[in-house]
Amino acid sequence: MVYATASDIAIEVSGLSKSFNGHEVVHDLSMQVKRGMIYGFLGPNGSGKTTTIRMLCGLLTPDSGEGTCLGYDIRRDADKIKRRVGYMTQRFSLYQDLSVRENLEFVARLYGLRDAPAAARTMIKRLGLNGREEQLAGELSGGWKQRLALGACTLPNPQLLLLDEPTAGVDPKARREFWNEIHSLAAEGLTVLVSTHYMDEAERCHEIAYIAYGHLLVRGTVDEVIANSALTTYTVTGGDLNGLSAELAGKPGIDMAAPFGTSLHVSGRDKAALEATIAPYRARSDLHWQHSEPSLEDVFIELMGRSRDNFQ
Amino acid sequence: MSMTASSATSERERPFGFWRRSYAMLVKEFIQLRRDRVSFAMIVMIPVMQLLLFGYAINTTPRHLPTAVLMQEDSDVARSILKALENTSYFRFTQEVHDVETFDNLLKSGKVLFGVEIPRGFERGVRRGDRPALLVAADATDPVAAGAALSALGPIVQTALAHDLFIGNPPDPPFEIRAHARYNPAASSRLNIVPGLVGTILTMTMLIFTALSVTREIERGTMESLLSMPITPVEVMIGKILPYVLVGFIQATLIIGIGVLLFGVPIDGSLTLLALLSTLFITTNLAIGYTFSTIVQNQLQAMQMSMMFFLPSILLSGFMFPFAGMPVWAQYVGECLPLTHYVRIVRAIMLKGATLQNVQYDSLALLALMLVAMVIAVTRFRRTLD
Repeated sequence: MVYATASDIAIEVSGLSKSFNGHEVVHDLSMQVKRGMIYGFLGPNGSGKTTTIRMLCGLLTPDSGEGTCLGYDIRRDADKIKRRVGYMTQRFSLYQDLSVRENLEFVARLYGLRDAPAAARTMIKRLGLNGREEQLAGELSGGWKQRLALGACTLPNPQLLLLDEPTAGVDPKARREFWNEIHSLAAEGLTVLVSTHYMDEAERCHEIAYIAYGHLLVRGTVDEVIANSALTTYTVTGGDLNGLSAELAGKPGIDMAAPFGTSLHVSGRDKAALEATIAPYRARSDLHWQHSEPSLEDVFIELMGRSRDNFQ
Repeated sequence: MSMTASSATSERERPFGFWRRSYAMLVKEFIQLRRDRVSFAMIVMIPVMQLLLFGYAINTTPRHLPTAVLMQEDSDVARSILKALENTSYFRFTQEVHDVETFDNLLKSGKVLFGVEIPRGFERGVRRGDRPALLVAADATDPVAAGAALSALGPIVQTALAHDLFIGNPPDPPFEIRAHARYNPAASSRLNIVPGLVGTILTMTMLIFTALSVTREIERGTMESLLSMPITPVEVMIGKILPYVLVGFIQATLIIGIGVLLFGVPIDGSLTLLALLSTLFITTNLAIGYTFSTIVQNQLQAMQMSMMFFLPSILLSGFMFPFAGMPVWAQYVGECLPLTHYVRIVRAIMLKGATLQNVQYDSLALLALMLVAMVIAVTRFRRTLD
């Protein structure tokens, strides 16, 4: 086994487990994130993403397992980790009754920045919040709140950003701007671990990991994840797709039949069985079948279905 | 499917809709109430506690009040008189002293409520029929505590003495009892209440300020990001307590100022000492409130816990009802409440002109209570979301 030098690795954990009230939320999770990466953390609701992120930054103590974050032990050196990590919570957690400027100055002072007002001013400019600095944070729209929250956690110049579903409920334009910001931060050398539900966001990550029911199922680059899925996918258009979807579901070789707009994606891991099953339907004149590359979403929906069978 | 079902109900609504919906709400509220164990406990605890305290601990005609004796002469007559006084059940002799200074200090510090002075040459005076004076000094800062004992003094002692001494019956008593109400000679309850009120108001406001502080962060979700930042529990506590020390100080100044200007309450002692010890008292209450907020789960529970603390503070501190008249267990509870000590301190400084030395016990008690609360708060403060 080759050990990467500590300076190359931002996060290295193994065997992390965490239970709440006898219910295991994270099970034996191991992962490694290289420095300077944008690492996507995907999975359905309640899959343990938030719990894992909280264990990484010392907000939760793992029941078992160990690891390091920026070279510091996640059990013992929580204080050192906190000083170097920016954590953006899923729910807006800045002070709603403080203004934009006051929130940023609070964070700057807490981290002991030399000139807190100046640091806040610089950040306001960078976020494009000029003219809104005296507005109360609670009065900002969803998109601006996200920007402010990102600004607050990058203010103390962290080496690692942990973003927990940062773009939930934000419009597509604000989402795109947010991701441009994340890419420019990563270009400056920051490591970013971001959890998301959005496939387009997953595709903007350097590497992704998929977690379901507390188990980490796959990880790698987007291309690797798609290639490793060994999924055969057909895209069907025309005809009664709802009826077709219902008919195909559960038949041999069909792991997933999911509508995408006006088309239906039919996928399966067993190519031969899949093709045998769909053969009679391919003959129908009202349906147009096309063999296609599985999308990331196909892979994940299939994974989600499979993991539900395995762990629930 | 669901659309057809909902349109069917809207066409012909089932009867008693108002009661059905009210009932649904009622069931939901009961479930929530049952889940909130702390609130549920308070619902039972508050009335039970109030009843027990009023029923057993409070006594508006207190007896067995701590009394000091200044013995200028040790004679049989003096002993008999003291015995007679004790037999009235109003007085309990706790200290016997031989010089005036110690005697005065005991009254000033509030360790005793009464002082009986047997003057030199008392027995000789009685035997010669000079009708010498027996001095009974009362701490009248709390008129309720002193009043009953003072009014009972004359007749009861006379009757008791008639049995004890064979000096003949009234109407010609062999000596004169001279009662002297110190500090508040007019027995004005205003002079007593205003200083006590300073402490009561401060207890109420200070407790609630900090009792809500941590729960508010948790309820608004800001605690998660606060905990992810490099700040320690002690730093959080200091940052949350200090602003309110100033608020409390302004409040105290306001109440004392009004007391002096409108009600003519004197400040006989040092204003600096009063300000200093008031600040200590304010900080103690803030620390206790902060401790509550690290224990409870939501703001409602925080308010209720503050009430749980406030109620005995009012009843057992000696503010409303005489401390010395309470049973011993209630006095022990009272000693654990900061208000008890502060009421003594304020009365002593404002009405008796007490110095730090006179109130050092109560000041140290406040300090100890503050430190205990802070240690509990810091250890209770959860640094993780576990």
